[in-house]
Amino acid sequence: MKSTFRSGRVALACLSLVSVSVLTACGSSDDDKKTDEVEKLGKMEGKVSILAWPGYVEDGSNDPNVDWVSAFEKKTGCEVTSKAYGTSDEALNLAKSGDYDVIAASGDLSLRLIASDEAQAINTDLVPNYANVYDFLKDTEWNSVDGKNYGVPHGYGANLLMFNKKDVDAPTSWGAVFEKDQLEKNKGKVTAYDSPIYIADAALYLMKTQPDLGITNPYALDEDQLAAAVDLLKVQRQYVGEYWSDYLKEIQAFETGDSVVGTTWQVIKNNIKNKDVDVTLPTEGATAWNDTWMLSSQSKSPNCAYAWMDYILSPEANAQATEYFGEAPNSPQACEKTTDPKHCETFHAGDEEYAKQLWFWRTPVEKCLDGRTDVQCTNYAQWTQAWTEIKG
Amino acid sequence: MSHVADPSPVLDKAPAPALRGPAARPVSRLLHRRVWLRLTLLLSAPLAWMILVYVVALAALLITSLWSVDSLSSEIDRTWTLDNFRTLWESDVYRRVTIRTVSVALAVTVIDVAIALPIAFYMAKVASPRARRMLVVAVLTPLWASYLVKVFAWRIVLSEGGLADWSGIGSPGYGLTAVIITQSYIWLPYVILPIFAALERVPDSLLEAAGDLGAPSPMVLRSIVLPLLVPGIVAGAIFSFSLTLGDYITVNIVGGANQMLGNLVFVNAGAANNLPLAAAIAMIPIVVMLVMLTAIRRTGALENI
Repeated sequence: MKSTFRSGRVALACLSLVSVSVLTACGSSDDDKKTDEVEKLGKMEGKVSILAWPGYVEDGSNDPNVDWVSAFEKKTGCEVTSKAYGTSDEALNLAKSGDYDVIAASGDLSLRLIASDEAQAINTDLVPNYANVYDFLKDTEWNSVDGKNYGVPHGYGANLLMFNKKDVDAPTSWGAVFEKDQLEKNKGKVTAYDSPIYIADAALYLMKTQPDLGITNPYALDEDQLAAAVDLLKVQRQYVGEYWSDYLKEIQAFETGDSVVGTTWQVIKNNIKNKDVDVTLPTEGATAWNDTWMLSSQSKSPNCAYAWMDYILSPEANAQATEYFGEAPNSPQACEKTTDPKHCETFHAGDEEYAKQLWFWRTPVEKCLDGRTDVQCTNYAQWTQAWTEIKG
Repeated sequence: MSHVADPSPVLDKAPAPALRGPAARPVSRLLHRRVWLRLTLLLSAPLAWMILVYVVALAALLITSLWSVDSLSSEIDRTWTLDNFRTLWESDVYRRVTIRTVSVALAVTVIDVAIALPIAFYMAKVASPRARRMLVVAVLTPLWASYLVKVFAWRIVLSEGGLADWSGIGSPGYGLTAVIITQSYIWLPYVILPIFAALERVPDSLLEAAGDLGAPSPMVLRSIVLPLLVPGIVAGAIFSFSLTLGDYITVNIVGGANQMLGNLVFVNAGAANNLPLAAAIAMIPIVVMLVMLTAIRRTGALENI
């Protein structure tokens, strides 16, 4: 009897010891993170690991004709491993693992990476091709903080409206996915992007159609404005067949006809073989992305990472990558290298006025992004909560 | 190593370099004498594993669910609070999702048991030994294919113009029905096998005796087979119910716009970076399982498993 009692105590002691060590492990320090920029480069490490949107790092395995990674590997000797992600939220968690050297981040991710010390400042002198980049893309609010530059611009583009011509008459407005009478025809076949940031799409539509709400920036919503956007999305929810965040899922759904109208990216349209599927940029404008190549503060191969950033900014590689994804390249030199001579015209590359019509993804925060100081805006946590409620 | 006084005759007779027996191995001699040491060494590794995997993980889950996340820096704030559970209680979206998840799990369990009972009965009592072996292999074969492959196969079967449409049966489309169909398919082997094992243990002589004494078939089934089967059915039902309760991939792929508890955990842990809320949501299926197991225990079915 006594021995049982004792072993019970031993087990208890072990348990408490283990749990204490687990708890202390939770609060591990950030010693191995380096957020300051480097002065000069060293020897190539022979490998680089990249986290990016699908279609950004193509080595010919998806389409033998689409390959700009092999040339980089041959030139620098850095072997590339890459991972594609579906939403910025997913990327944030992947980036925190420290397994990636370079990250292609949209504006709703870049500031979160910087705030959580996951990004290392960039010494742009070490990226020669940076000089070519359009000036209006440099030192923007989503890639620079306190005068420090945390990334080099890649390209930008809009979230488009995709539709199947057989079921939907070519729409010109986002009303096709937000207005009841138009949704009714496609009940169960509407799709939408599965991320809280999609709330901004509804806010943009309200901004154009219901001026009394006073929305001036779809990422700066006070509580009433958020509620209005949520109501709009709850109406849409009744007609949604499925939400997508995995781009392969959307490709399949549009090919089979399970989805016939919804938000998309140009690269998804490029991969759909069904000829009836088309995309358009509605008159209201669109939410959009403006992507930045960032260097992880936990990078184990910073030299290869710098080499990649310089390579992907080079006119040839940037033209290939942005043309494949369907977005505007980052420099006039890249525009000259695109296979479609009209590519930059189509995507209005370098057109500052046009870019102002696009609402680049930002992380909603309490301090209103539109400059209002009399109210508190809703933050991303509230958007996430709202998104859960919309999906119900 | 000094010689400890030992009465063992082996020690005296054997030549020094080739010692045999317990005296030759002081470690085994020590273990032989100290029972508690033997037990500690034997059990410490599996016990540590058990504690680490089960107890600590559960404790960590509970502790995390009592923390919160700072909305600005999205760092975890380690002050105790019940806010997460209050959110779960007050916002009706979590209640709806819980009810939906439990209903899907119940539907899957009922369907699986209904399909598994006749199959298992045929396998155990009717089929020839050769056919029985083939059937066991057939039931087990789907387990060799990856879960994802099977779910995506169902996505294609149920898609517009897919196999279900094409064969004239008609597809319910992506949604909860599709989830129930897919999950029923995936967990079916886990339900068939325990019922089959339980049926195999029912002696044929019992059935024959019942027949000789003039019991009609329904009565044999009701008063002999079923009572002996209950433990197998309960085991299978626990498998399919708990596995469905925690699933989030199937509903993501064939569930249309629906979400289940697993999705909420995934979204909060993976996307929203709100681990405490994710931990709190993860407590819901645990509580549901505990309630269900307690209820089953009351019926006494657990003792015979």
